[in-house]
Amino acid sequence: MGHVAIADQAEEELHEPGSFITRYIWSQDHKVIAIQYGITAIVVGLVALVLSGMMRLQLAFPNAFSFIDPESYYQFVTMHGMIMIVYLLTALLLGGFGNYLIPLMIGARDMVFPFLNMLSYWVYLLSVIVLLASFFVPAGPTGAGWTLYPPQSILEGTPGVEWGIMLMLVSLAIFIVAFTMGGLNYVTTILQARTRGMTLMRMPLSVWGIFIATILGLFAFPALFVSAIMMMLDHLVGTSFFMPALISQGETVSHDGGSPIMFQHLFWFFGHPEVYIVALPAFGIVSDLISTHARKNIFGYRMMVWAILAIGVLSFVVWAHHMYVSGMHPYFGFFFATTTLIIAVPTAIKVYNWVLTLWRGNIRLTVPMLFAIGFIFSFVNGGLTGLYLGNVVVDVPLSDTYFVVGHFHMVMGVSPILVIFGAIYHWFPKITGRMLDERLGKIHFWLTFLGTYAVYLPMHYLGFLGVPRRYYAYGTTEFIPDSAQALNVNITVAALIVAVVQIVFIVNVIWSLVRGERASGNPWDATTLEWQTPETPPRHGNWGDELPTVYRWAYDYSVPGREEDFVPQNEPLSSDELKESENRERGEGQ
Amino acid sequence: MGVAIIVVLLVVGTVLFHIFSPWWFTPISSNWGMIDTTVDITVWVTGFVFVAVNLFMALAIWRYRHKSGSRALYEPENRKLETWLTVVTTIGIVGMLAPGLVVWAKYINVPEDAMEVEVVGQQWQWGYRFPGKDGEFGETALRFTSSTNPFGIDPSDANGRDDILVDSNTLHLPQDRPVKIWLRSKDVLHNFAVPQFRAKMDLVPGMVTHFWITPTRAGRFDVLCQELCGIGHFVMRGSTVVEPEADFNDWLAGQATFAEQHKRSVDVDAGKQSYTVCASCHGQNGQGNRQMNAPKLAGLNSDYIERQLRYYKKGIRGAAEGDTYGQQMAAMVNTLADDQAIRNVTAYIATLPDQPVAHTIEGDVADGKSIYRNCSACHGRQGQGIWSTKAPALAGMNDWYLATQLQNFRSGVRGSHPDDEYGQQMRAMTAYLDGEDGVRDVIAYINTLDAPDR
Repeated sequence: MGHVAIADQAEEELHEPGSFITRYIWSQDHKVIAIQYGITAIVVGLVALVLSGMMRLQLAFPNAFSFIDPESYYQFVTMHGMIMIVYLLTALLLGGFGNYLIPLMIGARDMVFPFLNMLSYWVYLLSVIVLLASFFVPAGPTGAGWTLYPPQSILEGTPGVEWGIMLMLVSLAIFIVAFTMGGLNYVTTILQARTRGMTLMRMPLSVWGIFIATILGLFAFPALFVSAIMMMLDHLVGTSFFMPALISQGETVSHDGGSPIMFQHLFWFFGHPEVYIVALPAFGIVSDLISTHARKNIFGYRMMVWAILAIGVLSFVVWAHHMYVSGMHPYFGFFFATTTLIIAVPTAIKVYNWVLTLWRGNIRLTVPMLFAIGFIFSFVNGGLTGLYLGNVVVDVPLSDTYFVVGHFHMVMGVSPILVIFGAIYHWFPKITGRMLDERLGKIHFWLTFLGTYAVYLPMHYLGFLGVPRRYYAYGTTEFIPDSAQALNVNITVAALIVAVVQIVFIVNVIWSLVRGERASGNPWDATTLEWQTPETPPRHGNWGDELPTVYRWAYDYSVPGREEDFVPQNEPLSSDELKESENRERGEGQ
Repeated sequence: MGVAIIVVLLVVGTVLFHIFSPWWFTPISSNWGMIDTTVDITVWVTGFVFVAVNLFMALAIWRYRHKSGSRALYEPENRKLETWLTVVTTIGIVGMLAPGLVVWAKYINVPEDAMEVEVVGQQWQWGYRFPGKDGEFGETALRFTSSTNPFGIDPSDANGRDDILVDSNTLHLPQDRPVKIWLRSKDVLHNFAVPQFRAKMDLVPGMVTHFWITPTRAGRFDVLCQELCGIGHFVMRGSTVVEPEADFNDWLAGQATFAEQHKRSVDVDAGKQSYTVCASCHGQNGQGNRQMNAPKLAGLNSDYIERQLRYYKKGIRGAAEGDTYGQQMAAMVNTLADDQAIRNVTAYIATLPDQPVAHTIEGDVADGKSIYRNCSACHGRQGQGIWSTKAPALAGMNDWYLATQLQNFRSGVRGSHPDDEYGQQMRAMTAYLDGEDGVRDVIAYINTLDAPDR
């Protein structure tokens, strides 16, 4: 017997769940695993949100709260950053949306390794538990900053040096194991389990974004993994990978010869692709949201795919733009500034194509569309400020100031989060069979979108002024005027409003889950396969008896001559279309 | 409709915020006006794109919002438009990158005639070294570094003998002269940044980094650490005084060289003589006397005693309004004629026996322990005091005195003088403390720490 494509395998080969436990807990169904990932990530993200509220309280009202001492402040900073970037964004976009969307969008019954997929979630949960455990150990979590730069991260004088730093490193290592199990699965599934007719260039951009982001993760996370292991060895065994000879608290330590800059290279070799690990899925998803709700094909699909690929490749040769003033060889500045600004070209193309998709569209201002518009605005802002920090000499006065904080929150905090919210409003009816409430959704959108802009726009100007980041308090300086403190109060008020508004979202989810309007199988009149499932929510195995066959790309919206303004991907070509495609093939053959 | 209007308002609002923002670059005080120019170019290019893209988006939303009967255009791609946009974007990028790289080339090429100074960072202070008359820095190594040789200069290296050492957070620089700033860290990463100079660079333990500037404007500017370096990161401050060359030379001449600092000898007998005045309040054995409000001295770190005596003498301490006991002390210090007398008496105090003290303060030790984690980075886990962080011993000292001093730091009676560099750090580190309870609890915890072995 020859090779049987996974798409052609019969359904009984899937592990049909028998009990509640195998259906909802030890589930191997990609949709349940996606929800598990999603809920865990959002819960841990809410912890990080509370931490940011504490930081903002201290910055606006320094020393007014005796429970926010310098030690806890640095712990809040560190845990907020690491949780948001790794345990929320990475896990939610890839473990959550990746898991849910890949099989459904490419017409597969499940991931190709369902057991590994299940394991991936439980190992991820373990990494979250280890991380959160650091709040309960003596002296609490590490306060080394999310970048964990040695030597300070493993020396006396940094909070959490007793237990916190080890738990952080162990948790990251576990997370990477989980990610690798999930990631190999996503890549293999996309390459092997596409249904008949689903060529790579017919895949929705969501899948493209998740696909390339996963490949980036598989190459980038090992750098973090080895640096976590090396730092653990430095801390526990006394090796000197990153530790030069130094004097800590008046005593010479037993390390010698290690290089702190080597850690930075390893960290950012992971850290920069990590930005795109978060951004590319968001780029892909938002493309689909815009196209669906503007009733128009995504403009320049092929260019969009190439842009994703170009960004993915380039993202591995820009890492040291985080290190312009790190003391690395100054000639690197020329190289990395050039590569960094080159990456702006494919990124700009993506922005143009989103906006050009809106142009001459038939825009339905649904909640997902609002979030997509909010994303474009935020991302344009955050992307452009990246040109300041990427251009080596402009970075010099701005590095380690609030400009950096404003920039990366706009570009990899607010932007992907707006996409995530848009995506939840968009796919909630498929996931649960009910619509989210639109009025609550609009309140949630407007306050979140405007609120975050009010938080982060002013931060850039504090950065121009020279206000350094990661300061517990500013005390008296000659150059920071009192008005900057007033601005900080405003930022904090906006930040607290944004934080509280998320309750509206949670209420909406819970209420709609129980009382929401029942959704049809394809409430947005979308073309992609996940909306064409026989049942909503789709059952285990997704497609009933027969897998869908794909005849067209994912963006047949408002096709001329059609009555409906969308044509599902699994709808066979009409006689006119057949003739046209034959003509095209003949034309290409000559 | 509403969305389009709000996007337009956001664009207008952002532009207005930019124009009217009082928060912008500080007036520049170095030669790096070129950096500001590159920023300006970037502001114009990115500002244009920001306005254009978002207004176009608003227009699209407004014109092509769903109306009954309307239908979208089917247009998969438009090669010409896409190529055109790519070319224009590339031109914009080159327009920003090219000047940036030119300025970077200047940034990393230090002029031949630049004078040299070394900035030495450590948790959480700065120190500065000038090469002295020979124009050469002496070799340094960690194995030479100690409380008596904080810069770690190789005593056998002749080049190091005339090196001028500034063990203070304040650096003086001559105006209008290029200066190459060498950067060295004794412990963790730091970053030497002066916002008005625009330039900065990390200090990396295990290697020496550098950058250069020409200070162009006289004045006193804040030095900030801009690389997270532990819990005291935010108090790692200093200042740079830019002044005319003549004033700078006067200042430099007043700083001691390595050889001068090492030549110093102490006369313990003379110190004992001086101490008779001190003994009337602090006790024959330096055991302290609460009735006189005189704290215990025996067991206190010598470098700390020496520094505080100099502060009293210079009016840096004991001059503040409300510091009654400090004023008494300041008057008494006048019996010490000069720095040599201060060193002598300090050396004598170091010979006094460190005896246990009675505890007078009780509080919530568990709460105090968690507060103390903010203190231990400098004062040590056992409250033993650490020379490198310039933090005195706390354990085994009079708890009533610690309480007074904590309150003084909190109220600004102590640590407010601009030259009380490490006192300012204490002020910043204690400001959050919950007045009565916090002070009482942390001292109750310090009382549980054993008196240091010595």
